[in-house]
Amino acid sequence: MTGANGHGLTLAEKVLARASGVEAIVPGQIVEGRVDLAMMHEQGAQTVAPFHQMGASAVWDPERVVIAIDHWVPASTEGAAVLHRILRKFAAEQHLTHFYDVGNHGICHQILAEHGWVVPGDLAVGTDSHTNMLGAMGAVAAGIGPTEMAAVLALGRLWLKVPPTIRINVDGTLGKGVTAKDVVLRLLGEVKTTGATYKAVEYGGPTVERLSMPERFTICNMTTEMGAKCGMVAPDQATYDYLAKIAKHPMHPLAPDRDATYERTIDLDIDGMPPMVACPYSPDNVRPLPDVAKEHVTIDQAFLGSCTNARIEDIREGAALLKGEKVHAGVRFIVSPASTSIYQQCLHEGLIDLFTNAGAVFTNSSCSACFGGNMGILAPDEVCASSSNRNFPGRMGPKEARIYLMSPAAVVASAIRGEITDPREMM
Amino acid sequence: MQNVIEGRVWTLGRDVDTDQIIGGKYLTVIDPNELKKHVFEIALPEFAAAAKAGDIVVADENFGSGSSREHAPQALRAIGVGAIVADSFARIFFRNAINLGLPAIEVRGVRALFETGDTARIDMSAGTVTNVRTGRSVHFPPLPHHLLDLLEAGGLVEKVRRELAARPTPTP
Repeated sequence: MTGANGHGLTLAEKVLARASGVEAIVPGQIVEGRVDLAMMHEQGAQTVAPFHQMGASAVWDPERVVIAIDHWVPASTEGAAVLHRILRKFAAEQHLTHFYDVGNHGICHQILAEHGWVVPGDLAVGTDSHTNMLGAMGAVAAGIGPTEMAAVLALGRLWLKVPPTIRINVDGTLGKGVTAKDVVLRLLGEVKTTGATYKAVEYGGPTVERLSMPERFTICNMTTEMGAKCGMVAPDQATYDYLAKIAKHPMHPLAPDRDATYERTIDLDIDGMPPMVACPYSPDNVRPLPDVAKEHVTIDQAFLGSCTNARIEDIREGAALLKGEKVHAGVRFIVSPASTSIYQQCLHEGLIDLFTNAGAVFTNSSCSACFGGNMGILAPDEVCASSSNRNFPGRMGPKEARIYLMSPAAVVASAIRGEITDPREMM
Repeated sequence: MQNVIEGRVWTLGRDVDTDQIIGGKYLTVIDPNELKKHVFEIALPEFAAAAKAGDIVVADENFGSGSSREHAPQALRAIGVGAIVADSFARIFFRNAINLGLPAIEVRGVRALFETGDTARIDMSAGTVTNVRTGRSVHFPPLPHHLLDLLEAGGLVEKVRRELAARPTPTP
């Protein structure tokens, strides 16, 4: 495989060349990619009508389709119940057996990760914008809409414009109380919400190579907020170890060439970097958390959840700070693990006791307060400290409500003090 | 899709994300005629009641960023919006709009040419957007063939329907 003028290829270019079976590939080229994995959540219900209108009779490969219920678990409105019903009926008709229904549920991206549905070299698409998270497996993983998904279910492929790639090298050591979330927030402050629109982002460098898979999931997850088509990390031993016992189909590990052509390269040194926070009303409105903490921003709600940061490592990180403390009077602290298995792990480790004894609400696994459509809605003049990924106007309900995005540790520190707090002060 | 699209303009700023187009509380609504009552509730509250079929939305950079929700272009299509023209689009919104047969046209510098209430005239083959009131216009590169094909077909459903219909019927 080669790129422009015989140059080497970026990771995204290699995966798309594999998916489309072309020998030479350059940014801007339109390719037809064969899909390795298609994922639907509730928005998949809107896939059913166009699928039938297209005249399709059978899903191209039921073994390559995953459905996960995650936004309304269990259904909180009649509308949500109808969406779930449509999906169950479609799954039964089409023999889609990889259905993570209520009781076996989790946030769709976490389900894909912990069950090994996306592996190195894959082209994966999902009906949720944060499908980018799975790029941490060394795959191209992109969000699409439901009509597009109907075509994927019918044909097993979709057209893609080969994106130019931005390479991000991270070097340095994460300080105490500084996390992968702070790294991606810092990067958002630089790249901004439009900086990677239609582009691939390839993360690497010594720090990224040392990150665990859950940390890589967090970083790739918020590549979505940069506008990117995909965010990726080249697979290495950490990837293979994570997938060793769970990979659902064969891996095709690919690595970027040394002479790959990047549209832009960003080098970030995180030595001495403090925790970061994205202030209202954009994920790229990023400031050092200690500066915001000086302004004594009082909060009404704290949320430890979402596909970005609700894995067992995130919840443990929060629990370590909360031990022996109480949630501040007047603060509602919502904790929502990213999957049922993480919920069970919390139960086994005594973390549900720890959080509820401190005055938190520990919910079952779902997208929860992240998207303003189910629970944890804010009043117009309220403020939320959140480990999630978006803080646009109206994200958690009314347009005036203010959301600050930060690491799980910072969310817990803020829940204890009742105002936005640097977690390092409590370590 | 018509080659020339002309209509009354509604202007919007930059970074109008999907939450501002159609909020999270409406995500369980799948009837486009219900969705259209709530379109731009946050970004442009007067729009839903006053917008008419054929109107054109003119936005600044990064229109439709955020979620993959197709509710956003569906609601605009249900109103009968003739086209959405923006300095730039977020990628999933752009694909969703084209897939629904709703022209989404990226035109650098277009937002600065218009005020709400102006009339825009879009010439697809010439690649121009003109403000009929001021006479000022701006060029855009023609859409790639496969996107024009999609719009010509009226969207992805019809395009795939034709492709599947053309397949030989399997013999038992």
